[in-house]
Amino acid sequence: MKLSIVVELLDARVVSGSVSEEVVETGFCSDLMSDVLTLETERMLLITGMANLQTIRTAEMADIHWILLVRNKKATQEMLKLANELGIVMIETAMSSFRTCGILYNAGLKPVY
Amino acid sequence: MVRLRYEIEGGNFNRAGNASSNVKKVLKQLNIDQRLIKKVVVALYEAEVNIVAHAYGGYVSVEISPTQIDMIVSDKGPGIPDVEKAMKEGFSTASQKVREMGFGAGMGLPNIKKNVDSLEIDTIVGVGTTLKMTKLFNDAAE
Repeated sequence: MKLSIVVELLDARVVSGSVSEEVVETGFCSDLMSDVLTLETERMLLITGMANLQTIRTAEMADIHWILLVRNKKATQEMLKLANELGIVMIETAMSSFRTCGILYNAGLKPVY
Repeated sequence: MVRLRYEIEGGNFNRAGNASSNVKKVLKQLNIDQRLIKKVVVALYEAEVNIVAHAYGGYVSVEISPTQIDMIVSDKGPGIPDVEKAMKEGFSTASQKVREMGFGAGMGLPNIKKNVDSLEIDTIVGVGTTLKMTKLFNDAAE
């Protein structure tokens, strides 16, 4: 699924990087970074309501290139700075985790398991 | 042989991951396989977060040779009273603050073990904990 479609479906805002040519295959929703760090999936969209620096660090270590913040959580300036440095795309939506996942699943984004 | 060492501050979540991030950059420069790098830095990052989450402070020391990476993550802290219990998924002694950062679910040590080829835990209650981890570079094709 094109990341630009994700943005459109969720009425979301791109706050770091560009979504133009990016394609995601799977989605994983968790506020628990420890669980995110157990995955070996590639081309995965991280869907989370956890908005702190460790969200970005987790993405960095796990080779995750796209983070979608849900529940109207906002990326802090520190998060944006680090995401920019690392080339991580960040998107924000006001929708709940459940609604976000429902919409993306229906639209064909695959689950990790 | 590349040798790296980083001091880790207990309790400072703003800096948690800085050492692992630097190690990742070095491994990339050395053209190590991307999947291997991920395993190494996920293990290292979990261990680094453990120092920040549980200890007063410590260090990360890394030696990279052409065939393997050896990592020592050592802290001054409370130690682990029951290592066997700590190795079980879901067992955690983390504080509320740590949980608010997205950690402390009892996945750290099991995940470290999964990602490295060998893991040794030396711990003394009331003194501290030292993790010795090795990842071999020859299983890139797995």
